Amino acid sequence: MGSRLSVVNALRGFLPARAVLYEEEDTRPYECDGLTAYRQLPMVVALPETEEQVQKILQACRALGVPVVPRGAGTGLSGGALPPGDGVLLSMAKFMRIVRLDPLARVAVVQPGVRNAAISEAAAPHGLYYAPDPSSQIACTIGGNVAENSGGVHCLKYGLTVHNVLGVRGFTIDGERVALGGEAPDAPGYDLLALAIGSEGMLMVVTEVTVKLLPRPQAARVVMASFDDVERAGNAVADVIAAGIIPAGLEMMDQPATRAADEYAGCGYDLAAKAILLCESDGTSEEVEDEIARMKAVLERAGATRMTVSASDAERLRFWSGRKAAFPAVGRISPDYYCMDGTIPRKRLGEVLNFIAALEKKYGLRCPNVFHAGDGNLHPLILFDANDAAELERTERFAAEVLEKCVAVGGTITGEHGVGVEKIDSMCVQFGDGELELFHALKRAFDPHGLLNPGKAVPTLARCAEHRRRHVHSAELQTAAPHSGLPRF
Amino acid sequence: MIETFQARIREAAARRSPLRLRGGGSKDFYGNAPRGETLDTRAHAGIVSYEPTELVVTARCGTLLVDLEESLRDRNQFLPFEPPHFGPGATLGGCIAAGLSGPRRTSAGALRDFLLGAKLVDGRGRLLSFGGEVMKNVAGYDVSRLVAGSLGTLGLIAEASLKVLPRPPAETSLRFEIAEGRALVELNRWAGQPLPLSASAWHDGALMLRLSGAEPAVRAAVAKLGGEPLAGAEAFWRSIREQEHAFFAGGDPLWRIALPSSAAPLSLAGRQLIEWGGALRWWKSGAGAQAVRDAARAAGGHATLFRAADKSAGAFMPLDPVLARLHRELKAAFDPAGILNPGRLYAEF
Repeated sequence: MGSRLSVVNALRGFLPARAVLYEEEDTRPYECDGLTAYRQLPMVVALPETEEQVQKILQACRALGVPVVPRGAGTGLSGGALPPGDGVLLSMAKFMRIVRLDPLARVAVVQPGVRNAAISEAAAPHGLYYAPDPSSQIACTIGGNVAENSGGVHCLKYGLTVHNVLGVRGFTIDGERVALGGEAPDAPGYDLLALAIGSEGMLMVVTEVTVKLLPRPQAARVVMASFDDVERAGNAVADVIAAGIIPAGLEMMDQPATRAADEYAGCGYDLAAKAILLCESDGTSEEVEDEIARMKAVLERAGATRMTVSASDAERLRFWSGRKAAFPAVGRISPDYYCMDGTIPRKRLGEVLNFIAALEKKYGLRCPNVFHAGDGNLHPLILFDANDAAELERTERFAAEVLEKCVAVGGTITGEHGVGVEKIDSMCVQFGDGELELFHALKRAFDPHGLLNPGKAVPTLARCAEHRRRHVHSAELQTAAPHSGLPRF
Repeated sequence: MIETFQARIREAAARRSPLRLRGGGSKDFYGNAPRGETLDTRAHAGIVSYEPTELVVTARCGTLLVDLEESLRDRNQFLPFEPPHFGPGATLGGCIAAGLSGPRRTSAGALRDFLLGAKLVDGRGRLLSFGGEVMKNVAGYDVSRLVAGSLGTLGLIAEASLKVLPRPPAETSLRFEIAEGRALVELNRWAGQPLPLSASAWHDGALMLRLSGAEPAVRAAVAKLGGEPLAGAEAFWRSIREQEHAFFAGGDPLWRIALPSSAAPLSLAGRQLIEWGGALRWWKSGAGAQAVRDAARAAGGHATLFRAADKSAGAFMPLDPVLARLHRELKAAFDPAGILNPGRLYAEF
C-alpha cells in the first residue's frame, strides 16, 4: 500500500502540481458526493486533463497497490464516489469537451465530464436532444450517468442511459485501452457495454462516451390530474397503460410532496388533492392532441377529481419544475432527508404505500413520496435530523425495511441511484451467494486486485453472512449501524 | 425440469465434456458450428406470468416464440424488437441466446434493450437470477443483458422477463424509387425528424419504409414523405425479417455488415440489401472474408459471416487482444470447465 508521499511523488512525475491535491483544504470539497451522510477525506485527489494522464494515473496506482475512485460532478445519491481514505480520488471534471456532434448520424461523442443538459443544449440547433433527463441534469455529468445507468422522468418511453449510450472508451486499472460498443450496432462478442453501464466505476474508467441523439418532439403537453386517494391514483396509472398509451412521462406525487414542492417552486399544484399525476404526451401536434384526449378520458374514468392540461410550453415546464425540484423542496422543510430508490411492480403500489405509512408511525418519522409511476420507481423521502444520532439510526432502519419490502413484492432495492455504499447491505437481501460470487468474479476479470472503487456496490459474502445473522436474531436490537466506522457529519 | 438441466450440466462439467444447448434448432446455422452432446431445452416451456398493465412477460426458455407472440397479440401487445424466428420451432431461449433483432431495431431498440431479467444455469450447474420484472433496476451488474447474444456460452437461459409494448394503432408502408447513395442520406435525414419510422429496406433501386404509431402521426408522415403505397406490406416485412425475400436466396455467403447509419455505400462484389436506416447492410458476396472485414472496419463497423457453407474464417469479427482476454475471463467466471457451447461464439472459448 502506497503512502501519501509515494503517491504524490508518482503522480507529480507526469501531472502538473495543480492537478495533484493532498492538503486538507484542497481535498475537503471531495469528501462526499450527493449522499452527504457518508464522508471521507481522500488521501490524494488527481485532476487529469488527457486520456494519457488517466492511463498513467491508473498504472501508477496499480503499481503502488493504491485504490482509485472515479468521480464526475459528485451528484450521486448512493455514495458511489465516496473517496478512499487510503487512495486516489480521480476527478474527471476537466474532461468537458464535446468532441464531435454529427447531426446527420444523430450521435454525439463527448468527454465524461460534460454535463447531461449540455449535450441537449449543443444538439438543440439541429432539432435533436439526448433523452435521459435525471432531475440533477443541470449538474450531473454523462460519465456519472454511465456509471449509475441514470434514468429520469422520461424513461418509460425513451429508456435509461443503457438505451441511449452507443459506446464508451476508457481504461482498465492496468491502463489497457478498452472500447466497448460503438456507432455500428451489435458489436461482436459479449455485450460488455451493457455490463459497463451501471457498473458504478467498478470495472473501468470511462474517458469518452458516444450517445444517441433523438429528434426533439414537435409538441408536448402534460395533464395534471388530481385524486382524492393515493391508491386510486396508482390504479389510474395501470389504466393508462392498459389503454395502450405509453406516456412520455408519468409521475405521481403525494400530498406532502406536492405541498413542499409548490411552496418551493410555485408550480401551481392542486394542494387539496391526496395525490397528483403528471401525464405527458409528446410527438407531432396531431398525435399529442389525440393522445391527450385519450389520456383525459382514461383518467376521468379512473376517478380524477380535477384535470388541467398545460396550455403553453411555459406552463408545462412549470408543472415539471415542482417535480424536478421535489428533493430540494423537501430539503427546506426538514433539516435532512433520506431518499430511497426502490422499484416495484406498479400493481403493488397501494400495498407498498400503506406499508410506508405504517412505518411512518412505527419510527415517528414523516415520509413524503414522489414516484416515477410509469416505471414503478419509488422515491420516498424520509425526513430526519442528522444531528440526532438516534433519529439517523431510525431512518436507516426505516429505509432498510422499505427496500426489503420492495424486494418482497418482486422489485429491486435501486432503480436508478445505484448501490454505492448506501445500499450495500440491502444487496444481501436481493441476491444470494451464487449471484454475489459471480459479481465478484466479473469484477476480477476487469480488476483482479480490486483497486477500482473497492468496497462499493457488491458486498462480500462474509458481510452478507453477518448481515443475515444480525437480521435473523433481532432487527430491533441492531445497534451497530452499517459503516459505523465512517465519520458522519 | 431445471433440476434436470442442473444435473446434466454438473455432470458434464465433472467430465469436462462439451454440451450443445439447443431449443428448436432454428438458428443452428448462426455463429460457428455447434458441437457437444445436445441438451434440449424445449421441455421447459410456458409463460410464467404476463401482466399487460405492467408491460412485462416472463416465460421459460422452451416456450415457442410463436406461442409467446400470440399471447401478446391477444392483449394487443408485442415484442417491439420484432425478433426473427428463422423457423417454426424458434424458442424464447434461443431467441435471447442469439440476441438478434428484426426490422424495428433502429426505432424501437434491440432485444437486449427489452430484456429485464433472466434466470440462468451457469457452467457449475447453479441456478442464478439476475435483473427482474421491473423496468428500472441497477442493483448488481447487468448480467441479463450480457447474456443476450452470448450464444449459450455463459449459461443455459432457463427463464427470461421481457418488456413488451402496446401494438401501434396504425401502420402503413411506402415505396420509393431511389439510388443507394440518396437513400442513405434521406434515411438519416428522416430519422432526425419526428417521424414515426419503424422499418426501412433498400434493395435494387427501391426503398421501402414502414410507419407505425398513432393514426394522426402516420397520416401526417405519409403526406409529408410522398412515395407510393407498398402493396402486400405485411408479407414484405416478414420476408425481410425471416430472410425469405428473394435477395437472400442463392449460394453465395451472406454477410451481415453493421455500420454507422450514415456510412457511405460500400463497394463489394455481389448484391446488397440495406436495413435499419443504413446501419445494417446485408451482402450476398463471394468476396473473401478478409476483404469484407477490411471494408467493414474501414467504414467504422464490423462484419458477421451470417450464413455460409464454410465458416473457417470465423463467424464473428476477431476481437482486439484486451477484449479477447476479457471475454476469456468472463467465460471462465460463468463456465470454468468450458463446457457450454464451446467455440460457438469464438473458437478460443
